Amino acid sequence: MKKGIPWIATLIASTLLIAWLTSLEANKANHGMLISILQKSVILAVVACAMNLLNGFTGLFSLGQAGFMAIGAYVTALLTIPTKNLDGVYYMNGIAPSIKAFRQWLDTAPSWVAASYPYLALLIGGLVAAAFAALIGFPVLRLKSDYLAIATLGFSEIIRAILASPQLDTVTNGSYGLNKIPGFASILSPFLIAAVCIAIMVLLLRSSYGRAFKAIREDEVAAEAMGINLLKHKAMSFVTSSFFTAIAGGMLAMFMRSIEAKTFSISLTYDILLIVVIGGIGSMTGSILGAFLMTASKEWWLRFFDQPLTLWGWEVPFFRTGLRMVIFSLLLMVVVLFYSRGLMGSREFNWNFLLPETWKSLLKRLPNRRKKA
Amino acid sequence: MTLTTFLQHCLTGISLGGAYALIAIGYTMVYGILRLINFAHGDIFMMAGYFMIFALASFPWQIAIPLVIVLTFLLGAGIERAAYKPLRNAPRMSIMISAIGVSYLLQNLATYLFTALPRAYPEIPFLKHIFRIGELSSSLVTFITPILSVVLVVLLMLLINHTKVGMAMRAVSKDFETAKLMGIRINTVISVTFAIGSTLAAVGSILYFTDRMSVTPFSGTLPGLKCFVAAVLGGIGSVPGAMVGGFLIGLSETMLVAFGYSTFSDAFTFLLLIIMLLFRPTGLFGEKTTDKV
Repeated sequence: MKKGIPWIATLIASTLLIAWLTSLEANKANHGMLISILQKSVILAVVACAMNLLNGFTGLFSLGQAGFMAIGAYVTALLTIPTKNLDGVYYMNGIAPSIKAFRQWLDTAPSWVAASYPYLALLIGGLVAAAFAALIGFPVLRLKSDYLAIATLGFSEIIRAILASPQLDTVTNGSYGLNKIPGFASILSPFLIAAVCIAIMVLLLRSSYGRAFKAIREDEVAAEAMGINLLKHKAMSFVTSSFFTAIAGGMLAMFMRSIEAKTFSISLTYDILLIVVIGGIGSMTGSILGAFLMTASKEWWLRFFDQPLTLWGWEVPFFRTGLRMVIFSLLLMVVVLFYSRGLMGSREFNWNFLLPETWKSLLKRLPNRRKKA
Repeated sequence: MTLTTFLQHCLTGISLGGAYALIAIGYTMVYGILRLINFAHGDIFMMAGYFMIFALASFPWQIAIPLVIVLTFLLGAGIERAAYKPLRNAPRMSIMISAIGVSYLLQNLATYLFTALPRAYPEIPFLKHIFRIGELSSSLVTFITPILSVVLVVLLMLLINHTKVGMAMRAVSKDFETAKLMGIRINTVISVTFAIGSTLAAVGSILYFTDRMSVTPFSGTLPGLKCFVAAVLGGIGSVPGAMVGGFLIGLSETMLVAFGYSTFSDAFTFLLLIIMLLFRPTGLFGEKTTDKV
């Protein structure tokens, strides 16, 4: 393929996407469901990519995503809830004076800060999570596969317990959670943030660091023998992944408008893991595709299973609340057991399918069908 | 805190620990043989709770308890056949993901069948009988749990150390491939392991839920994880270790609640795990293993 073509194709595709999203937004009232699914999908796509960076490309099986998302979400929420609403949010426990003073001081900042405020808040949430990841990374990353999984899971639970603890009521508002978080200004902004995040991760994977990650995944001992500093690269992957996970957590807070510690339980991590598995462990485009497919089928396409259904006067049995999730998890098990490579395996999306040569070679692989025709 | 209340808390803790120990054994045995964290084990335990609710609704407890144990046994062995056996040669990560998938499925199935609302756990009359020793008073189940779990562990140790199946289990956990070459039927051994684990989980669930009074589709997740932590603390693969770990976790959790730090009781379990992993990754009773290149 000529060098320019993929760029042009990408440009055309993203222009079309932006045009479509803008038209959706102009017609918000009719497409509320679609818009919210798209936003949720794109947020989960970022977490899934971050998890894939760690689990699929570096081979570190971590299950701490929910905890890092919680950090990002709480930091973002604390920084973005409008100052005038703070007292209302904390009506039960009262707010820590230092936070309120800090927020009031922030309101005196110049206008360009106020304009970029949500993005800054996301970034700060990411940095806090990254710092935390660096702190726990050095001891935890020495552990091997299953132990690492259970230790990160443990950390995620510890973070959740701390956020829900009564001692922090004036900061996290305890079990009441934080609400009145301002949402996205436009439907385009989550897409934009997600695109930037995923692009950075893809670039990282294509760099020499990314190749080192893959070497560690394939064989730690061999990688070390080749002169790769194991701890440094593992920590780098862990910290980067946590950073983007927390940004997605902040975006989730902005999407949901209200958060509580319960939102970030282990099942959230499992959901993301399943997205990564469906998309294909070791494929970024697979994770993005998986996020959209999972969210759409979970929240939308399989919805009808939850309502009683009558076909030609015959009431179909078993259709009631909860069937959707059973069928959904059965589908997941089918993928896990029989298509363990997921949708994309470890391949990435490219524009080659536009070329006639690709189709010719594909047709050659199906000789029988040709004869029949 | 007076001595009596302290002893009372100790008793509760040991009782909780006994139930944890029974569940932890399921984790430790499966991990010892398949090197798999059976994430679905906590949900098998939860399903056993629901089985009991329905069994006791139509049968007296003398029939209901064995029935629940048989049903849970079938569930555990069935899950192994359906979800883990096809992946025997797959990378370890896939089996773990499959286990997470099964756990997800069981939770959703339970939500569908029994709704997400908590269901009252039936009272087994003789277990709820109030029993006194000196100033301590508690229902019989609190006293029975630790004794029963110790007895079961001793029986299990006898099974592992002195029977043919037990010898096969030890061989498989030492070296999967060689055991296969020596003519041991791997699949049978693995099924037996799952069956024992599930049976103990059923007993554990009866003891655990009798004290807690209600079951929800998610009431297996956290105890499940805690019991895995107990298994790691005791040294994964070691049955007596799992028992000690279970008692340790049960006691420390109850003590934290007693001293008013109930929100941290779950977090503390994981903190214990992380500290243990950092300083003694093989656990209290675990064997030292060396990685071969």
